Amino acid sequence: MAQTYRKLLVDPMVDNNPITLQVLGICSALAVTSSLAVAMVMALAVTSVTAFSSFFISLLRNQIPSSIRIIVQMVIIASLVILVDQLLKAYAFEISKTLSVFVGLIITNCIVMGRAEAFAMKNPPLASFLDGIGNGLGYGVILMLVGVIRELFGSGSLFGIPILQTVNNGGWYVPNGMLLLPPSAFFIIGLIIWAFRTWKPEQVEEREYTIQVAEAH
Amino acid sequence: MGLRAFFDRIEPNFVKGGRYERYFPVYEMFESMVYTPKTVTRVAPHARSYVDMKRIMTYVVIATIPCVLMALYNTGLQTNLAIASLGEDSITGWRAGLLSTFGIGFNPSNPLANMLHGLLYFLPIYIVTLAVGGAWEVLFATVRGHEVNEGFLVTSMLYVLILPASTPLWQVALGISFGVVLGKEVFGGTGKNFLNPALVGRAFLYFAYPASMSGDTVWTPVDGFSGATTLAISAAEGYGQLAAHSITWWDSFLGTIQGSLGETSTLAAMIGLAFLLVTRIANWRLVVGCLGGMIGFSLLLNIIGSDTNPMFAMPWYWHLVVGGYAFGLAFMVTEPVSASHTNLGRYIYGALIGFMVVMIRVVNPAFPEGMMLAILFANIFAPLIDFFVVRANIKRRAKRNA
Repeated sequence: MAQTYRKLLVDPMVDNNPITLQVLGICSALAVTSSLAVAMVMALAVTSVTAFSSFFISLLRNQIPSSIRIIVQMVIIASLVILVDQLLKAYAFEISKTLSVFVGLIITNCIVMGRAEAFAMKNPPLASFLDGIGNGLGYGVILMLVGVIRELFGSGSLFGIPILQTVNNGGWYVPNGMLLLPPSAFFIIGLIIWAFRTWKPEQVEEREYTIQVAEAH
Repeated sequence: MGLRAFFDRIEPNFVKGGRYERYFPVYEMFESMVYTPKTVTRVAPHARSYVDMKRIMTYVVIATIPCVLMALYNTGLQTNLAIASLGEDSITGWRAGLLSTFGIGFNPSNPLANMLHGLLYFLPIYIVTLAVGGAWEVLFATVRGHEVNEGFLVTSMLYVLILPASTPLWQVALGISFGVVLGKEVFGGTGKNFLNPALVGRAFLYFAYPASMSGDTVWTPVDGFSGATTLAISAAEGYGQLAAHSITWWDSFLGTIQGSLGETSTLAAMIGLAFLLVTRIANWRLVVGCLGGMIGFSLLLNIIGSDTNPMFAMPWYWHLVVGGYAFGLAFMVTEPVSASHTNLGRYIYGALIGFMVVMIRVVNPAFPEGMMLAILFANIFAPLIDFFVVRANIKRRAKRNA
C-alpha cells in the first residue's frame, strides 16, 4: 500500500502531470507566473484546495447522489476556495491583491474538478487526499518552472531579489519585456511540454491525421 | 579537380550506410546550393506549382536586391547626415576607424561613402542572422532528416531588412532563433509554417526589447541622434506637418527617410514586387486585395474624420509610402505558404491586411506601425478564410446539381 501512496504523490509530477500531459489549468498558469512569489502562493493555494476537496468529496462519495454530484462537488470546492481566499487576505494581503480574481477562479480550475470527478468519487479519503496533493504539486512544479524563467529573464530577479543586474540599475542585463506579458507563458509551457515529451516519448499523443503524400507528376 | 568531382567523391560518405550518414542534410545543402537539386519535390504543399523551391526562393532573394541596395545607401546616408549635424567628434568605433583608414570619409553627398558606411551596418547583422539561423536550420535538418533549403536565405534576408540599423547583435541572434525555431521548425519546417518566420522573429524583438525596436533613437545608429520616423511624426502632429520636418512624399517614396534597414524605400519594394509578379512567384490577387483594403479603409477614415487624432486625415497615398507597408506588401503579403491558397481567399486575405494595417496605425494609439502585426494577424486567419471559401464552393456546386 505504501508503494501506491508514493505513486499517487509522485506520478502527477512528471508521468501524469496535469499541465504538461493533461493540459489542464493553463489559464491560471498564464496569468500568475510573471513573478515567482505569486506563482508559489498560487501553487500552494491550488494544492491545498485540491487535496482537501478530494478528501471531503471522497468522505461523502457514498452519500452523494450521482445526478447532483457536480453541484455537491462545487459546493465543497467553493467553500474551500473562499476559505483560502480569506486566509490570503488576512495574512498575505499584497500577494492576494496581485492574484486578485485568480484565487476565486480556482473554483473553476479544471484540475480540482478533474481530480474530484476522476479520482475522489471512486477512492478512499486518504488516497484521494494524497492524489490531490500530488496533482497540486505537479501543477505547482510547472508553475514554479515557468515563474523562474519569466521572473529571472523578464525582470532579472527571483522572489524579488535581483540576480541579474538590469541595465536600468547600472548592470549589464537587458530584461526581456515579452516574458512579463501573459502570452510568453504559452511559449514556455509549449517548450516545456516539448521537452517532457522528448524525454518521455510515451506521452506523445497519436496524430489525428497524416499529411498526404501527393502523386509525383 | 572540379567542384562536381569533389562532391561526387565525398558523396558516398553521406548517403545511407556511409560514414557521415547523419550529416547528409549538411552535404545536401551545400551541394544543392551550387547545383540543381537531383530530386523533385513530391510532397504537398511544395507541389502546388511546376517551379521548384530552389527557383522560387532564389527569385525572391533576387527581388530583394533593390531593397538591399537602398538599405545600404539610406542607412549610410542617415548616419552620415547625423554625423554631419552632430560634428565628426561624435563618431567612434571600428566602423569610423575603418572608413577613416581607407579615406572614404563621412560625406552624406557622396553615394559611395554612404553605401560603404551602410554596408558596415548591414553586414554584421546579416552575418549573425545567417550564422545563428543557419545553425538552427542545420540542427533541425540533421535531427529530423529533412533537407536544408533556400527558404532560409529568404527568411534571413527579409528579417535583416526589417530590423533597425542599431539593433544589438545578440538581439539579432535571439530574434532569428525565435523566428526559425518557433515560427517554422516546430511546425515541420519550410512549407508548413503558418506564420512568416521573419516577422515572428521581428515581433519577438518588438515585444521583448521595445527600447531597441521602436522610438526615435534607434533608426540611425549614431549616439545622441534622435530622428522620428515618418509615421511617428504623422501620429504625433499630423501628416501635414511632415513638410515642416522637410519630408516630402517623394522622399518617402524613394526611401531617404528614417526607418528599418530596408523597408524605407517604396520604389525599391515596388521594383521587387514587379519582378515577383512578372515571374508569377507573387500572386497578383494578394496585392490587389491588400491595396484595396488599405485604400478603401483609409478613404472611409478620411470621410469620418477626427478632431483629436490627426492620423484619420492621412490619405492613402501617404499610407502607401510610410512605414513598412510597401515592403510588407511586396515580400510578406505575397509569401505563398502563409497566405490563403484559394483565389477568392487571396482577395479577402489581402484586404484583411490592408484593413488591419490602417486600423492599427490610425485607431490604436499604442503602435505607430501596423504592418507587422497586420500580416501576422492575417496569417492566422488564412486557413480559416480558405476553409470558408472551399465550403461555399461545395455548397454552390451541390445546389447547382441538386
